[in-house]
Amino acid sequence: MSITSGTLVSGDEAVAMAALDGGVALGTGYPGTPSTEILETLDALGGRAQWAPNEKVAMEVAVGAALAGARTLVTMKHVGVNVAADVLFTVAYSGIDGALVLVSADDPGMSSSQNEQDNRRYAVAAGVPMLEPADSQEAYNLTLAALDLSQKWHIPVMLRMTTRVCHGKSILRNRQAKQNELPTHFARNIRGRVMIPAHARPAHRRLREKLVEIEQWNEKCPLNKVIAGEHRLGIIASGVAFLHAHEADPTASMFKLAVTYPLPMALIRQFAAEVDRCLVIEEGDPYLADAIRAAGMRVESKPEMYRFGELNVTRVRRILAGDVSPEAAPLKGKPPELCAACPYRQPFGVLRKLNCIVAGDIGCYTLGALPPLEAMDSQLCMGASLGVGLGLRHVLPEAEARRVVSVIGDSTFMHSGITGLVEMVYNPPATGHVLLILDNGTTAMTGQQEHPATGRKLGHEPTNRVKIEDLCKAIGVHHVDVIDASADAEGFEKLLRDRLAGNELSVIIARKPCILAAGKIRQYEKANAECQVPNAE
Amino acid sequence: MTLPNEVTNVIVCGLGGQGVIKASDILADAACRAGFDVKKAEIHGMSQRGGSVSSDVRFGQQVFSPMVPEGEADYLVVVAPDQVANVLPLLRKGGVLIESSLLGETAATAGKSLNVALLGALSAYLPIAPGCWQEALTANLDAKWQQLNARAFAAGYRVGRPHADGIRHAVR
Repeated sequence: MSITSGTLVSGDEAVAMAALDGGVALGTGYPGTPSTEILETLDALGGRAQWAPNEKVAMEVAVGAALAGARTLVTMKHVGVNVAADVLFTVAYSGIDGALVLVSADDPGMSSSQNEQDNRRYAVAAGVPMLEPADSQEAYNLTLAALDLSQKWHIPVMLRMTTRVCHGKSILRNRQAKQNELPTHFARNIRGRVMIPAHARPAHRRLREKLVEIEQWNEKCPLNKVIAGEHRLGIIASGVAFLHAHEADPTASMFKLAVTYPLPMALIRQFAAEVDRCLVIEEGDPYLADAIRAAGMRVESKPEMYRFGELNVTRVRRILAGDVSPEAAPLKGKPPELCAACPYRQPFGVLRKLNCIVAGDIGCYTLGALPPLEAMDSQLCMGASLGVGLGLRHVLPEAEARRVVSVIGDSTFMHSGITGLVEMVYNPPATGHVLLILDNGTTAMTGQQEHPATGRKLGHEPTNRVKIEDLCKAIGVHHVDVIDASADAEGFEKLLRDRLAGNELSVIIARKPCILAAGKIRQYEKANAECQVPNAE
Repeated sequence: MTLPNEVTNVIVCGLGGQGVIKASDILADAACRAGFDVKKAEIHGMSQRGGSVSSDVRFGQQVFSPMVPEGEADYLVVVAPDQVANVLPLLRKGGVLIESSLLGETAATAGKSLNVALLGALSAYLPIAPGCWQEALTANLDAKWQQLNARAFAAGYRVGRPHADGIRHAVR
């Protein structure tokens, strides 16, 4: 590796730099905190990066590119892996050519997420190797290592990051020279790539054989490091938890794991045997502790209270001391809210006024659930507003069923609302249903990313635009209205009242650009006005 | 105040839109240019929605965790005057609080550059050379606001200097 002067970069930026230097031909994903900046940086650095409508499609595109022999990167937040899981589990069987690295950006403590699921479980469940960086230099190094590992064993590899690693900044000192992209070609391999049962049965055996080989490789892997210290205490840790632990007890012996699936159990056994007390420090689920105990070793794990939220040096000190007394209450602060001039304020005001039962969705507009609006009654995952709203309509007494509205944002609709709309047309409730699409022309929550209905690609250059109103009509909804609810609150209220009163299916698109993005959107539109889009009408 | 092998812990707090992240970026960059190991951690998923934002910056010879341990901030920079009471528990005993009332009239004239003015005051306490601050300000701020911010930074420094000197004397 060549030595450059250090630069302060985030973990996300470091992954993008490694993708560029590592010859990644295509980066794809769906925006999600804290992963979003990876692809934005890759694009800014001149790499090829694009947003997909959702994580499953992103993963499929990456698989296709990798089957052709390219090195690929797919990025998403932890819950995005739920969407991509269908692909992940079977591409683990089929394998790939080239390389495929899946970045799972987990959010312990839920700074900006609906749950704090621990995606290390996915690596085990799908049977894909997993690497966990602790800071930006490691994010860089392990992205390159993951690409190599993926290419060598023809297997997708998960790079599991967390909020503090993604958004934390630290100094990147070593960067390698940029390597060329791999040549691509199509090699027919029907038995290897078509996962019908007859082909998948041997493919599953091949996967398990690969994982045994990778475990043996990991026993000698220089990425995992033992830091010799006092024998009184040995700490096994990975990711940012290692940094907290090393600071909390700098003289303890440390086993810092970088490749956390498949685990190097022989090395762990050796480490554990050499210390008087062996403790696993990890954020979230007791994944490492469970695996090490299942392998027959006696190691301590954290008390259950530390499963919730992030770790930090203070909490690790408490774990080391066995302190299970109540922790200090979190600091008081000001909760986030919809922007003062947000175009979504008026529609939520009307939903509240009409006492609607609102099946909500994921985005800025979820803040409509908080006081003073309190105009949302459910929110679970991307696209759930449609199905949940329909379920409520199916079984509620008529008077209540008529008050149910599904509310979804434009980017979320593109992500997972379309199949819900198909369900609405296919199984319409007796009282009909109303879908309100809040269209602010951007993926606002994650920092104003483009999506298929904006007509612009990741780098804001023009492309074909999916017209939401045309799509809804084509699916079979007869009543589709577009309205600027913030400019015409009365008109919006009247329209909503009419639609709720009828027994038909309707979509209302409340369209006005996000107040934070409006200026930039105007600039992009101006710049793009003269450009020709391939395949445009 | 800072020994060369100690880690200095700074937390910048405020509300979304007040330049908390920007201020911490400038500080971390300046410390990096001064040759320190630097780590920075923040949560910014909701920062544009006006909620509380805070960013930890740690520098020294070698920094491990990117987060300041609870109640161990040496310096607490608060951009939102109404949030001081909420975030005060972050400051260690004997730590330095840097907030707008310290700046007096300078706070009012700084306007949108309050974050940078507070950094100027903070700079009086830290072992980071003026040249490193200058470079960091230039690298992290829009050229069009450069002069305004340079003035705010200098004004903050002038206010912070006597306080910082006072602390140094007290320590000695």
